[in-house]
Amino acid sequence: MESILNIRNVSKIYQSAGKELTVLNNINFSIDAGSTVAITGPSGSGKTTLLGLCAGLDRASNGTVELNGIALEKLNEDERAAVRNQYVGFIFQNFQLLPTLTALENVMVPLELRGAKNIKAHAMDLLDKVGLADRSHHYPVQLSGGEQQRVSLARAFSNAPAILFADEPTGNLDAETSEKVIKLLFDLNKDAGTTLVIVTHDLELAARTSRTIKVKGGIILSDEKASYA
Amino acid sequence: MPNQIPKQNIKFSWLFKMAWRDSRKNRSRLLLFISSIVLGIAALVAVYSFKDNLQRDIDSQAKELTGADLVLDSRKGVSKAMQKMLDTLGDDRSQEKTFASMIYFQKGGGSRLVQMKALQGKYPYYGIIETIPAKAADGFQNDQYALVDQTLMLQFGAKVGDSVKVGELNFKILGTLIKAPGQTGIASSVAPTVYIPLKYLDKTNLIKTGSRINNKFYYRYNDPSGVDEWVKKNEPKLEKEGFDADTVESRKEQTGRSFKDVNRFLALSGFIALLLGCVGVGSAIHVYIQEKLSAIATLRCLGLKSRHAFLIYLVQIFFIGLIAALLGSILGTAIQFLLPLVLKDFLPVEITMQVSWPAVGQGILLGLIISILFALPSLLAVRKISPLNAIRISFEKAGGKRDPLTWLVYILMAAFVTGFTHLQMKTWVQTLAFTLSIGIAFILLIVLSKLLMFLVKKLLPKSSSYLWRQGFANLYRPNNQTLMLTVSIGLSTAFICTLFFVQGILMNRVTLSSGSNQPNMVMFDIQNTQKEGLDSLTKAFKLPLMNQVPVITMRIEEINGKKANADTNNRRAYRNEIRATYQDSLTAAEKIVEGKWIGRIKSGETIYISLDQRYAQQINVGLNDKILFNVQGMMIPTVVGSFREVNWSKMQTNFRVVFPAGVLEEAPQFHVLMTRVSTSEMSAKFQGEVVQKFPNVSVIDLDLVLKLLDELLSKIGFVIQFMAGFSMVTGWIVLISAVLTSKNQRIKESILLRTMGASRKQILAINAIEYFFLGAFAAGAGLILALGGSWALAKFTFDANFVPPFVPTLLLFGSVMLIVVVTGVLSTRSILNQPPLKILRTEG
Repeated sequence: MESILNIRNVSKIYQSAGKELTVLNNINFSIDAGSTVAITGPSGSGKTTLLGLCAGLDRASNGTVELNGIALEKLNEDERAAVRNQYVGFIFQNFQLLPTLTALENVMVPLELRGAKNIKAHAMDLLDKVGLADRSHHYPVQLSGGEQQRVSLARAFSNAPAILFADEPTGNLDAETSEKVIKLLFDLNKDAGTTLVIVTHDLELAARTSRTIKVKGGIILSDEKASYA
Repeated sequence: MPNQIPKQNIKFSWLFKMAWRDSRKNRSRLLLFISSIVLGIAALVAVYSFKDNLQRDIDSQAKELTGADLVLDSRKGVSKAMQKMLDTLGDDRSQEKTFASMIYFQKGGGSRLVQMKALQGKYPYYGIIETIPAKAADGFQNDQYALVDQTLMLQFGAKVGDSVKVGELNFKILGTLIKAPGQTGIASSVAPTVYIPLKYLDKTNLIKTGSRINNKFYYRYNDPSGVDEWVKKNEPKLEKEGFDADTVESRKEQTGRSFKDVNRFLALSGFIALLLGCVGVGSAIHVYIQEKLSAIATLRCLGLKSRHAFLIYLVQIFFIGLIAALLGSILGTAIQFLLPLVLKDFLPVEITMQVSWPAVGQGILLGLIISILFALPSLLAVRKISPLNAIRISFEKAGGKRDPLTWLVYILMAAFVTGFTHLQMKTWVQTLAFTLSIGIAFILLIVLSKLLMFLVKKLLPKSSSYLWRQGFANLYRPNNQTLMLTVSIGLSTAFICTLFFVQGILMNRVTLSSGSNQPNMVMFDIQNTQKEGLDSLTKAFKLPLMNQVPVITMRIEEINGKKANADTNNRRAYRNEIRATYQDSLTAAEKIVEGKWIGRIKSGETIYISLDQRYAQQINVGLNDKILFNVQGMMIPTVVGSFREVNWSKMQTNFRVVFPAGVLEEAPQFHVLMTRVSTSEMSAKFQGEVVQKFPNVSVIDLDLVLKLLDELLSKIGFVIQFMAGFSMVTGWIVLISAVLTSKNQRIKESILLRTMGASRKQILAINAIEYFFLGAFAAGAGLILALGGSWALAKFTFDANFVPPFVPTLLLFGSVMLIVVVTGVLSTRSILNQPPLKILRTEG
């Protein structure tokens, strides 16, 4: 299978109070297109930093990150933004909906950024899929946490991304809502055939993916494929 | 596999749409941010509109200002050759002699010093002498009639038909004088005018040796197009004869020029208000963008390019700035209608107010430039917001270097402030002084706030109670508002207090001392032959002879052998008539600061004179320089022997040039006598007696002058306060909006504390401590800057002493502090009134 993400010898070093702090140390892995992967690890293990590098939100100190065949380290910030807009979808722990936009407008934004036309119907369709068609004109503040995350799911899939990164997607939700959101996430992913990378320390959630990469202290502890995969 | 970088096709219209969407829940707040520039723009639009209207009215009414096509005037006598020329000019001519004289109201018995105008001819040729009844202006030259200013008529309860005594003649009042051409309201209340026919002037017997008479000749031309050219051609001759020429064109320029200073002051007051607004815009947008950090980071994650993020917020600021500028311009256009009311006593023309579109345009443009320029440092930071902020709030920022574009914006800001100040000030020295002071104040406040944070962190006692520790720790913890509030509150306090202090300095500067031992009545034009008689009369009224000095009129003929035409850089020295005295000793108001005072000389000795040191500077004369004086035809060579410092505010006759005794005793001269009259009844009685017995002697009632001066000052004061009011109100708005915008930094903390069980009282106390200390510190810093600035202004600009008024200073300090604390605590209170969950969800 073709890989959509290639991480080669990636390190991330921060300067903190004059000292070097290595958060990620010589990471290597590839992710196949259409697969589902969980990156797990305790707090401070470097998993969110890794997600940031994979998604082109930050630059690696060393090594290469190749997303959909494009070497991200060679791009400037605006070029990386264009790559994100075209190939990447995001789901955040704290939803990160734009508070001044309605649910519908939030879903439309990635497509608008792409300059796409006739997007309203598509966005409404996605909202319908997440069961929020009747709340399309509500602002985030008028929605519950679960509803906000469902809008976030619709937004993440709106630009038909090649790869979707979810950062602790259920971290701010109760168990029941979490279950609904996760089911929706996997269902949508299956329909769209998108590669899904979930950063989580929820082992149950991780177990639902086809591969789990465990990170600790800035290195990969283990990289296991699920037995059913 | 695709390996091309995808191209984005973002339409400009989408950026507008996004700017509109993003502003949705913030519009009222954005309006509050820029409300601080509304008043500044309003003030400037009002001033510019007023200037445009005034200039237009001066242009259209210039003929009425001069009343003739050509006016020639001289304080010297008229030579025969000159008289010959004067008689041949124009197609119609009038003559007027103007001088100060006493008049005596026969019926009521009152007397007062007036501006006497003895007129012959049909002047004014343009405009009218406004009288009640209207026909009086045309008829008063037919017989022994007078036109008396309405303020005098009111003061003495006189009526048309009553008589006034002018010198030795009685004139019947034919009409009440309302307005003469080119005369302002304030001029007529300070020196009320009385018109009499010129043909009766000699018979009044008022014209004596040394009388100061202004001869005016008015001309009307059937074709006035060549008048200015004639004046230009004949200027040297006119100057030689001591004549000034005034034409419609020159009066236009002159009137415009004299109002340029007024306009400059008004525009500068408006600009200060606007500068305060800039501080407000800058700090408010900074907070606004900080709050948008997460939304911008999310958009960046979704693929928004940095320049597009920047453009979205630029569009917002552009439109909000445009709304502010429009509001300011509308308000300013409305306010301009008030300016003529405020300034009406000083205006020589009727003002017809119209909307000045250029002024409105300037206001809108200025509002836009300021909103964008002062928002730019924060807006540029939008480009640097990393998408990483969406997944984690704290991350290592790339490098600590400032964006070079931000430096460019700072340079543009400095250039804008300097350029605009220069437009108002016109001189680079003043411009640089003004802009540098603002720059220094800004830097000082930044340094002080950093120092405060450092000191509080170091010195905060660990043992103090939680509330105090929390309140003080808020001053230096992350997301603190110390720097922003110290700068904005400090700067607005500094502006408010400086304006207040300067107003006080200006007022004190012109207030004359009028203590109980000071003379309050001055009599001048006393002839040698009248001196003893007047002394006796004064003594008969049991009044003290407080100050008696001779006055001799002279001109400078040569300085160090150079005549006026050779000394072209120093024309002023030769131009004006000098009133000098001689005395053998110095008065209490004089002090020798350089050289040696010589009080008496013998015949044939070198005549060492003493000059007021400032006058010597003005005419570029040093010690031992030689000055040749023309004392009414007689040349007297002198040497500058000493410089004196003269206390001009002391109520006595002071002179710029003092001769030693033994030189001028025989020169034509008049005397001045000062006395003190304790009651107004006595004053009226004594003045009446003086006018009856010595008609040519002029009496100045200083109590009346002081009263008039007081009225004048309160009118000027009102103008100053009116304009300063804009800056003050803007200062308060900036201050309040700075506190209100900063409240968001504390909302989450307050709610978290509340969630953890902190009582409402405890949270309010923590916030009150923080705001109290911040308010006190910022107000104190601003006040210190204001004291320093006012002292410098007093010393270097107004040449006055500055003693800070203790109680008002304390009140200013207290009120700034109170506003900060009350605004801060009230904004917290509104949060505490709602359930914590609601706020958390709104803010989350």
